Amino acid sequence: MSLAIVDSCVNCWACYDVCPSDAIYQSSPHFLIDTKKCTECEGDYAHPQCASICPIEQAILDASGMPVNPYGSLTGIPPELLEDAMQEIQSR
Amino acid sequence: MELTVLDQNNDAAAAAAGGCSTGSCGTTDDQMSHLPDSIREKVENHPCYSEEAHHYFARMHVAVAPACNIQCHYCNRKYDCSNESRPGVVSELLTPDQAVMKTKAVAANIPQMTVLGIAGPGDPLANPERTFETFRRLSEEAPDIKLCVSTNGLALPESVDELAKHNIDHVTITINTVDPDIGAQIYPWIYWNNRRIRGRRGAEILIEQQQKGLQMLVDRGILVKVNSVMIPGVNDQHLKEVSRIVKEKGAFLHNVMPLISEPEHGTFYGLMGQRGPEPEELQDLQDECAGDMNMMRHCRQCRADAVGLLGEDRGEEFTIDKIEQMNIDYDAAMQTRKVVHEGIMEELHEKQEKKRRLAAVSVSANDATPQANTRPALMAVATSGGGLINQHFGHATEFLIYEASPAGVRFISHRKVDQYCIGNDSCGEKESALAGSIRALKGCEAVLCSKIGYEPWSLLEEAGIVPNGEHAMEPIEEAVLAVYQEMAAEGKLEEPQPEAAVSQTASA
Ligand code: SF4
Ligand code: SF4
Ligand code: SF4
Repeated sequence: MSLAIVDSCVNCWACYDVCPSDAIYQSSPHFLIDTKKCTECEGDYAHPQCASICPIEQAILDASGMPVNPYGSLTGIPPELLEDAMQEIQSR
Repeated sequence: MELTVLDQNNDAAAAAAGGCSTGSCGTTDDQMSHLPDSIREKVENHPCYSEEAHHYFARMHVAVAPACNIQCHYCNRKYDCSNESRPGVVSELLTPDQAVMKTKAVAANIPQMTVLGIAGPGDPLANPERTFETFRRLSEEAPDIKLCVSTNGLALPESVDELAKHNIDHVTITINTVDPDIGAQIYPWIYWNNRRIRGRRGAEILIEQQQKGLQMLVDRGILVKVNSVMIPGVNDQHLKEVSRIVKEKGAFLHNVMPLISEPEHGTFYGLMGQRGPEPEELQDLQDECAGDMNMMRHCRQCRADAVGLLGEDRGEEFTIDKIEQMNIDYDAAMQTRKVVHEGIMEELHEKQEKKRRLAAVSVSANDATPQANTRPALMAVATSGGGLINQHFGHATEFLIYEASPAGVRFISHRKVDQYCIGNDSCGEKESALAGSIRALKGCEAVLCSKIGYEPWSLLEEAGIVPNGEHAMEPIEEAVLAVYQEMAAEGKLEEPQPEAAVSQTASA
């Protein structure tokens, strides 16, 4: 089983350094995960490392194709509260 | 002695305009003079720390450190670390090997280059192998270059031992808060002990690590500068406390920078509509912090691969393919560099002497006249470097703001403007952009430049700002003082400041 990096990756290199399995490689247009090498960090860490440091929502998918960091999970603002948060921030 | 300023009015430069612009800096009354000798020696020829030195010495950054271990709401990770660069800038990523090659090539070609920094594009200490290999090799192969590094602080405590081994005596930590509740509004998460930690808890760890790292560096005698990003409504008032605390802990400079949050940079703050500070808000805060601590007002938020004097980027001359063609004999270069550095130090010392004499003269001149109680006035200066008034109003991408008062002339800040005229073409937006420049000069009573067109002249006058082209090619401080004395002689300083300009100096 393997995670996958998709289009929204911004090539920030963060995941590359933290993968315990050396499964991530630089490619064009974005970084990729070698499905044969990825262990999902099983046996090394409680959480997949790439998805724990990736700063971009929706950039890494789990084995079932679901984003590990869906919309709102990294900004800490769920999409339905975005409007409110925006108003609060704009009143500063 | 001055480096050639590259022509910035070409397309390549315009494209890179997210990074440094042309221009110069301000020199305040000897900012370094209060520091203990040991520290002063260290920073005397550091272009980022000494306002004097950065007219003469150059620094460069190499981009070897892409990864980052936290998220700041003012950063879009497509681009370089916003703690060190203006947002929206992308640096050419180098391997440590290429970085060493580039550094030596620049040092040999620009002997004024004294400082090599690693500032990104991510967090240098989140890339320890790349960062430290670069430092290790430079300490050995180019011992006459000072090294500096900037960090968000998360990995700082574990890096201090390694840092202490190299030629590194300057570390910059970006500290935006010491309060985890405020931190949670700036940092949505950190990557810590192999987990993502969100919200308040993440901010709390980051703050602990920053403070611990600061302490450890100071204990080892490594100089620490602190940067803070001023975010209105989030940490603006709080930064006074930050300033006090980092000073107590032994940081030698605190640099408050404005939040830059253009929506087109795609940062969280930019997209959400968080505003940056108005120039006068920034200035007020810098003034308030200055009572606590020496401020660094000439910081230009250079890009991570910048080369040259502050405010000037010669990176184009040193791309990797060009460097590979160069054959550098570094031992020979070191000889030349030594001679050049000594020459500059001599010139700097002479200049400082002259300034002291000038200050003494202006104070006594004021003492002797009834103008001793005149109110302070702000003036803007257009300069392309060298401490002179030598730039056309329409070419200025920024103005230096000075305050003149009976106590003398002091540098206050930089204010960026959009160029309303960039040559023969594309002057379509002229009108509105010119209005933008004038807005940027809010609060100033005069603007000193080498030349100025008719149209801006009358618009400036309408805005209550007196254009002045009479001091072209004169040293900035002497000219500002002269204009101030003229204003005093004309009785202008007895009247309150003209309506349009009032908001500024009231609080300054
Ligand atoms: S899940 Fe773990 S092993 Fe797989 S790519 Fe990510 S970091 Fe590497
Ligand atoms: S951390 Fe995320 S955005 Fe960065 S390179 Fe890896 S997948 Fe791409
Ligand atoms: S530390 Fe720098 S690179 Fe990392 S998120 Fe903050 S501004 Fe961006």
